[in-house]
Amino acid sequence: MGIRKPTANSKAQSGFMAVMKKELKRFFTDRRMVLTTILFPGLMIYLLYTVMGSALSSFTTVDEGYVPQVYAVGLPGSLEPLTGSAGLEFQAIDEGQVDAIKESIQNKEADLLLVFSPGFADLVADRLAGKTDALGTTPPSVELYFNSTRTESSNAYGTMAGILGAYKDASFPLFTVNAGDQTFDLASERDTAGFLFSSLLPMLMMLFLFSGSMAVAPESISGEKERGTIATMLVTPLKRWELALGKVVSISCIALLGGMSSFIGIMMSLPNLLGSLPEGANATLYSFGDYALLLLVILSTVLVFIGFISIISAWAKTVKEAGSLVMPLMILVMLVGAMAMFSQSAQQGLLFYLIPVYNSVQCMVGIFSFTSAPLAVAVTIGVNLLVSAACVFVLTKMLSSEKVIFAR
Amino acid sequence: MEKPQEEILRATGLSKTFRLSAKQQKIERTKDRERVAVDQLSFSAYSNEIYGLLGPNGAGKTTTLRMLATLIKPDSGDALVAGKSIVREPEQVRAHIGFLTSELKLEDFFTPNYLFDFFASLHAVVPERAAAQKKALFERFGIDEFAEVKVGNLSTGMKQKASLVISLVHDPDIIIFDEPTNGLDVITAKVVTDYLYELRGQGKTIILSTHIFSLVERLCDRVGIIIDGRMVADGSLAAICQGKCLEERFFDLYVKEAGEVA
Repeated sequence: MGIRKPTANSKAQSGFMAVMKKELKRFFTDRRMVLTTILFPGLMIYLLYTVMGSALSSFTTVDEGYVPQVYAVGLPGSLEPLTGSAGLEFQAIDEGQVDAIKESIQNKEADLLLVFSPGFADLVADRLAGKTDALGTTPPSVELYFNSTRTESSNAYGTMAGILGAYKDASFPLFTVNAGDQTFDLASERDTAGFLFSSLLPMLMMLFLFSGSMAVAPESISGEKERGTIATMLVTPLKRWELALGKVVSISCIALLGGMSSFIGIMMSLPNLLGSLPEGANATLYSFGDYALLLLVILSTVLVFIGFISIISAWAKTVKEAGSLVMPLMILVMLVGAMAMFSQSAQQGLLFYLIPVYNSVQCMVGIFSFTSAPLAVAVTIGVNLLVSAACVFVLTKMLSSEKVIFAR
Repeated sequence: MEKPQEEILRATGLSKTFRLSAKQQKIERTKDRERVAVDQLSFSAYSNEIYGLLGPNGAGKTTTLRMLATLIKPDSGDALVAGKSIVREPEQVRAHIGFLTSELKLEDFFTPNYLFDFFASLHAVVPERAAAQKKALFERFGIDEFAEVKVGNLSTGMKQKASLVISLVHDPDIIIFDEPTNGLDVITAKVVTDYLYELRGQGKTIILSTHIFSLVERLCDRVGIIIDGRMVADGSLAAICQGKCLEERFFDLYVKEAGEVA
């Protein structure tokens, strides 16, 4: 007999390690899989967000040399110097042309039309002089017609409304709000940046970690089942738990790399996506300790994701079926992730950290917004490890079940 | 000289019932919610022997072999394989058997060379022994020529050879072979059947299932005839045939057990 009679311990390790090594070799020697699972997510996110960012900014900015087509009825002479400095040139028109100009604004040919009420300048002057009869009458008015679906028109409207508002306040101040050059927002730059990151990154991270897990787990489990290669391993003395654990750990490593690639992609493309970031809002905002905590949270989260997806994949008859069965779970994860966008800081109650997926989101919110409690992070990691151990246990049972392995 | 025979496998009262899905009920035109695939099956196999399970499709041969290979559990009954129970000690049973069927596939992505080493480690074979076994088997089946070609790129015959060799990586005492020549070209089929003879000569036990009479007549020392999950005859080829040819004898038994051949 060529069978070694090893001690239970050394044999157990060899089966688990053999499965791990095989899974990793399968992945890392397949150039296409490495490209699509590790390199592409980060690259795609970078490109996508950069394109989205430039599309968004082109939405709100107009060509530098553009001169808006502005028309005015009864423009008071006193306003002309103000508007000239804002880069607006007016074409005076008669009241009879108002309808035609409105139509061309609607057709996106003209940008803005100002209609001052008759005697605007005189009435304003009267009110400024404090004439009581002037104060008792309807105030003079100006109407601004624009088209909100044309960026140039919206911008011209914004500029003009600002000028008129400032003119009104300066002429007749009842009181002022935040006038002067001081800084009124007392949030530190660090907090502002942290708030921004904590509302965006947790959801994105959950999404990318989940899709990273989805890219590998169904292929490794349903795929092997579908192709009949898992049964070949099941007729060897390999223990079912070694197979389950070997699969979960190795595909988690791969999914983690995919998730990290996405994270780098996000951090690099955020300035492009948001146009400009608050001062100091970049990857150096967080310390090495923050990143280490984040990595632990992410790692334990990936184990949970892989655990759940593996069970679904073992249940499914084909990779395709696994893909559709996982969708509801993905939607749930996205919803929980989206909740982070509305949280100011991490949940304080420790009980919240007993809920898988939600606990990971809250930990990330905490880390990114500098409000994380070490105990909460520890509870999260502990809970996630327990949940993944339970998943490995269920997967072990499933791999021992003829109904699962030979399901037709 | 051949070694004296010793009983190496004993199946006692093996039974297995499957629940039929609504779809299967429709296909099989039955209202029964369950189907007895294997019914109280008992037989023994010895060293230095090729034992054939002969029966029509759906008789329960594959189910029996899967139970022996511990891939599925019997509802009742047990089998001792090299003294280990398939119910209570499945892992130890798996260490003693080589199981080969067309349903068990090798991953297309890997080479026969890598897979041999991988399965050797799953069987906890010490590296030196695995290397010697690999060298001998690869030479014997001409796998050397395509040892580094991914399984996905091999022809069907090459894949079958690779599967056979990999199922023998731990030099098992008992080789269980479901439909050994199914889907093989004539040359590969000859190579395989010759090798089964060779293994028998080394004192091993080979249990194979088939519905091909000539294969049983040519290869098997003893045969068990399964019809509708029951063992209707079990013994040496000569004892079963009673002077008739195997095919004639089989249909006598079939008519007796299952009625007219439709």
